[in-house]
Amino acid sequence: MPEKPIQGEKRAFMTGNEVVAWAALAAGAEIMYGYPITPQNEIMHYWTRMVPKYDRRFLQTEDELSAGFTTVGGVLAGKRAFTATAGPGNTLMQEPLSMAEAMRLPVVVVVQQRGGPSTATVIYSQQEVTMTTLGGNGEGLRVVYSTATHQELFDYTIKAFNTAWKYRFPTFVLGDGYQAKMRESLVLYDPQTRGIEMVPTEPYVGKPGLPGTDRPPTHMRNTYNVEEELYEVLEQYLADYAKAAPQIAEYDAFDTEDADLVIVSHGVVSRACKAAVKELREAGYKVGYFRPITLRPLPVDQLRETAGKCKQMMVVESANGQLDRLVKEAIFGSTVEMLSLFKPGVGITSEEVVSRVKEIKG
Amino acid sequence: MSVQPAMPKCWRIESKPHKFCPGCGHGLVLKALGQAIDELGIQDKIVFGCDIGCSLLSWDFFNCDTIQTHHGRTTPVVTGIKRANPDVIAVAYMGDGGGYAIGSQHLVNASARNERITAILVNNTQYGMTGGQMAPTTMPGQKTETSPYGRDPEKTGYPTQGPEMVAAITPEGAYVARGTVANVKQLKGFIKKALENQIAGNGFSFVEALSTCPTNWRTNAEETWNFVEKEMTKYFKVGEIKVPGPREKEGQ
Amino acid sequence: MGKMVKIALAGEGGQGVQSVAQIIAEAANEEGREALYIPNFGVEQRGGVSVAYLQIGDEPIGAPKFQTADIVVALSDRAVRRTNQYVGPETVFVYDNGIENIEEDLPKNAKKVLGIPAIEVSKKELHPRVFNIIIMGAVIKATEVVAVEDAKAAIEKKLGYKFEKNPKLREMNFRAIERGMELVASVM
Repeated sequence: MPEKPIQGEKRAFMTGNEVVAWAALAAGAEIMYGYPITPQNEIMHYWTRMVPKYDRRFLQTEDELSAGFTTVGGVLAGKRAFTATAGPGNTLMQEPLSMAEAMRLPVVVVVQQRGGPSTATVIYSQQEVTMTTLGGNGEGLRVVYSTATHQELFDYTIKAFNTAWKYRFPTFVLGDGYQAKMRESLVLYDPQTRGIEMVPTEPYVGKPGLPGTDRPPTHMRNTYNVEEELYEVLEQYLADYAKAAPQIAEYDAFDTEDADLVIVSHGVVSRACKAAVKELREAGYKVGYFRPITLRPLPVDQLRETAGKCKQMMVVESANGQLDRLVKEAIFGSTVEMLSLFKPGVGITSEEVVSRVKEIKG
Repeated sequence: MSVQPAMPKCWRIESKPHKFCPGCGHGLVLKALGQAIDELGIQDKIVFGCDIGCSLLSWDFFNCDTIQTHHGRTTPVVTGIKRANPDVIAVAYMGDGGGYAIGSQHLVNASARNERITAILVNNTQYGMTGGQMAPTTMPGQKTETSPYGRDPEKTGYPTQGPEMVAAITPEGAYVARGTVANVKQLKGFIKKALENQIAGNGFSFVEALSTCPTNWRTNAEETWNFVEKEMTKYFKVGEIKVPGPREKEGQ
Repeated sequence: MGKMVKIALAGEGGQGVQSVAQIIAEAANEEGREALYIPNFGVEQRGGVSVAYLQIGDEPIGAPKFQTADIVVALSDRAVRRTNQYVGPETVFVYDNGIENIEEDLPKNAKKVLGIPAIEVSKKELHPRVFNIIIMGAVIKATEVVAVEDAKAAIEKKLGYKFEKNPKLREMNFRAIERGMELVASVM
């Protein structure tokens, strides 16, 4: 039995991609499948360096379709399997993830968003929100965690495996190029020492016993003969998702109680918004901060409650309204005035948020 | 319900009679596979992946663990399973469209990596499930829904010679053969050797099976057998193309 | 201690701005402070100017990049032009005064513009390979974000394996950091 990758706890200073590799190791991920694309490459680099020591596996595939489908295969074999991608790779990844949705397979995908559409930039964006939350030809039966710090990248990568295996919905960790490449401190830990039990995995195929005699064979499909057959399956899935959603949804908020204007953001942009709200409060502005941590499912009740208390909501994101659309759907019917600061494919600083609010509030 | 007495033991009786059209070759290929599984006594080790297209109708065909995947993606799914659990015997079952068109990059790269899986590809020269469109394997001059005046090789190329390609790009240890539903006994032998090759851990194993589709060929029984036995074999040579071991054994 | 310091370092590929930023960030982290360092990368960096963004403070750090830096260090003519956007009225702008034909491009709105002969000193007194360590000394002096001992410890951690084989290299690196500090002290 190889030693645990992390004994107890230790403070570390590293890139986000390295954090993901450590988190997957700590979570007991057994196999990674991947295809190179910037800015996620170093997840594979660190993983492949560590796999022999900790008895894990890796397969470099021919493209992201294959990376996604082999990851599906790894899960079917009963392993904590994951892949990582970005941008155009995430586009291809939607096909295998659609199959994972159809078969309720606990596939874990780490996405480090880059600019779009097309090849765009390898640097950064928040333009993969729509695709990651609702991609594929389906109903978005998936979980998406949007992280903001290296600590969260570590925490939520571990959590993603547990959410996926507990609820059997494919689960994404949505980072970005900034988080992938920047270095900052965090505490690495063995989940067990924090009281986090990893949800056990089980094989779908290759189970013991003679199928048809000792046990029924596993027969899994994603094709149905008639509409009603599909509808029955989907009704069950949607009911399961609706039931799990409040348990899964997470958010972070402060100063919303008496706020006139609440700034809504997610991921790395929420760091700028947090700093901006603090600065604006000190300057006497009645602003609040709301950040969905899960983009799918959204913390709908809390968003609606917040929208019901304030006069204005300003959605800030490095995309042209991808979070904004999700928020508007969640708070549909609210009379809150919706404002925005959209910078598709570009980072947002706290200075920009502050000046936008001052522009609005005078 | 009439079940043939020769039904392989690993077939699932509850899903028979099967759903393939009358005269379809899939049943014969799956019979050959079933017999090979029985003879090797590996029913409990098999993980069977089937593609989209007519091959998907085999999703509940065997008393074996089965995953029906996406069009062209059976090879990577089965690869992922085998990589994660090398104890299983993994079979990827697909048609010519799935293997040579939409999933060709997967077939090429699984071959190049010598994945320890067995791929069985049913070649019936067109897309059956979608209604008979031209496939990579459509014969020169053959009429299909998307080549209504016959396939013109000048415009659309010649039929893909899959086993020859796989043989060319696989490292040593691979097993490659082309069988036909016109000779199920021989086909079963090829499939059995392909499975044994996986069990031995030698490398990728690939069997193409020439098959029939009277529904889309719009042929009667005689014309159907004539096409698969006489026409297709003019272009697609039946036999073992690559076997593990010294080079001189090849192409015998 | 106290307020957050924002630093932008820019140079040509091979001038070592990224490793300088990384070493300073790691030194600050070792001191138990909050540090965030992000490079530019990929297509942006290939054939372009290499920019390192570094923030050090005592509170958790906000956005990884910023609009206005407290200190900008530019080590080539292109870097001088590229980093003008990060200069504000409170910015100290440090450049190598051996760069030719950049008088026009130097920022007009900076708090201070300091030219230091780092390239010349590295060539004449030390060795071109420690040029970036001189720059590191300059940054440390100009910002006081980390103690010099901690900076040296961070260098030791990163290059210790080389120093083991050639102890003179350690001496040269430590001398470089001190020279960098002196260069800035003399113009401040």
